[in-house]
Amino acid sequence: MEIRIEHLNYIYGLGTSYEKKALDDISLTIRSGEFIGIIGHTGSGKSTLIQHLNGLNRASSGQIFVDGKNIYEDGYPMRQLRFRVGLVFQYPEYQIFETTVLKDICFGPKNQGLSAEEAEGRARAAMRMVGLDEHYEGKSPFELSGGQKRRVAIAGILAMNPEVLVLDEPTAGLDPKGRDDILGVLKQLHRESGITVVLVSHSMEDVADYASRIIVLDKGKVLYDDIPAKVFSHVEELESIGLAAPQVTYVMRALRGKGWDVSQDVTTQAEAADEILEVLRKAGVKC
Amino acid sequence: MKSSDRRSIIEGHDLTYEYLHYDDDGNVDASYRALKGVSLDVKEGQFIAILGHNGSGKSTLARQLNALLVPSGGTLFVDGLDTREEKNVGAIRQAAGMVFQNPDNQIIASVVEEDAGFGPENMGVPTKEIWERVRKALKAVGMWEYRESSPNRLSGGQKQRVAIAGVIAMKPKCIVLDEPTAMLDPGGRAEVIRTVRELNRTDGITVILITHYMEEVIYADRVLVMDEGAVVMSGTPREVFSNVRALKEIRLDVPFVTELADRLKERGVPLPDGILTVEELTEELEKIRHGDQNRAS
Repeated sequence: MEIRIEHLNYIYGLGTSYEKKALDDISLTIRSGEFIGIIGHTGSGKSTLIQHLNGLNRASSGQIFVDGKNIYEDGYPMRQLRFRVGLVFQYPEYQIFETTVLKDICFGPKNQGLSAEEAEGRARAAMRMVGLDEHYEGKSPFELSGGQKRRVAIAGILAMNPEVLVLDEPTAGLDPKGRDDILGVLKQLHRESGITVVLVSHSMEDVADYASRIIVLDKGKVLYDDIPAKVFSHVEELESIGLAAPQVTYVMRALRGKGWDVSQDVTTQAEAADEILEVLRKAGVKC
Repeated sequence: MKSSDRRSIIEGHDLTYEYLHYDDDGNVDASYRALKGVSLDVKEGQFIAILGHNGSGKSTLARQLNALLVPSGGTLFVDGLDTREEKNVGAIRQAAGMVFQNPDNQIIASVVEEDAGFGPENMGVPTKEIWERVRKALKAVGMWEYRESSPNRLSGGQKQRVAIAGVIAMKPKCIVLDEPTAMLDPGGRAEVIRTVRELNRTDGITVILITHYMEEVIYADRVLVMDEGAVVMSGTPREVFSNVRALKEIRLDVPFVTELADRLKERGVPLPDGILTVEELTEELEKIRHGDQNRAS
């Protein structure tokens, strides 16, 4: 499914003294099967933007078209849209409330009107997708670690079979292992099921390693919308808005500053190592 | 002054801690040993970082340091006071202030300066002195200009700095920060770490920083790595991060630059162990590039 956003504005507290323009003339298209990273510092409008993608927030002005249909038109099946665009909120583990993992994951599909049997089938499939085996089914979600709870929460959304999965800072507060687990799950899901993934993060490393397109928000506006290498080439601008480029960018820049002929478009550690080795070999170093 | 000449602020010997689970009748039906014989000695003015993944016992240890938890076995002295003695608790909490992960759970007042003054007020400090302490504390964390703001309207990094000011206003000798930056964006993280380093350097406050961010650890005097309730590595950041493989085995990160250097070493580039910063890496690579050129010519 394709989500096209045109001239979207959103104002909080309209008509009050706290009036604040959270989104300012946003236009962008999310195409089927993309893996997009949305970055921006706290208050840049990231969360507000993604809450528009399934109609949870209604724009103050502007339009959103899903597969060409205007979602703000009367009679648009908004309820269906909420199932088609699955939204995983920040700290989703706080929204877990059922007594067992399986029951919690069944909540969404049951709400969609599926029978208990169908819902359980979906829930089991979703558990496999996030790497939770059967023996977690009967466990209380509250016995699990932070990373596991988060996987339960993500499975709860996946069980609704969304076409687009939107996650708001899914790795915040997790340790490196929990973070790698969650990002690994997303990568595999994206590869195997072709689901569209929109990942909101302020970790450049996460976004650099996984997304093929990055949208940078600042003060409610789209500052950059490009492939990672291009976005990270704007180091100074990113820093000036409270973000940073990934470490790899700093290494490559420092080397270029010393006259090394290494590419600026490198976004992963493996690519960086290859570039460095190439230069050393050319210089006659045996390695 | 050599660190060995300094006074110990925290002395733990063979600490153990068990979490107990009670059944409906109040009998213990399960227990979990979160600390398995931890010993540590922190000198006044040191900057100590503690690493370890979730469940490694870091936070359990941190909570021992201001007597929120007391050891099940072993002994712990904070500022010379035994944490198991009920009568010492007040003095220990004053000596070792604590900052937690979530800024929203630590702010209680509706105005920044009142929030920072809550601790000293609770301690019975005279009003005039409270305001003096609040002024100093808010200035130290760079939040003085926000003194009359509502904490709700601050960013995460600013809220954490207010939380730190609230702790400083109690004039602690030591601050324990339990993942203070986990919920912050890169800008907020940098603000908090800068503040903490500054307090350590200029005021000599002992800092114990628990974190997952390896880049925050490289400035510490000493790094402790915890796994399964025990300290499994300890040393300067350079020493600890020289063990890339051992750290990876317990599924911890190493700083990006250290990892890149390790990858290059594996492929035959003669780099030294424990490279921590971009500058060090480029400097060493430059030496290798030019060194071999000279030999070849």
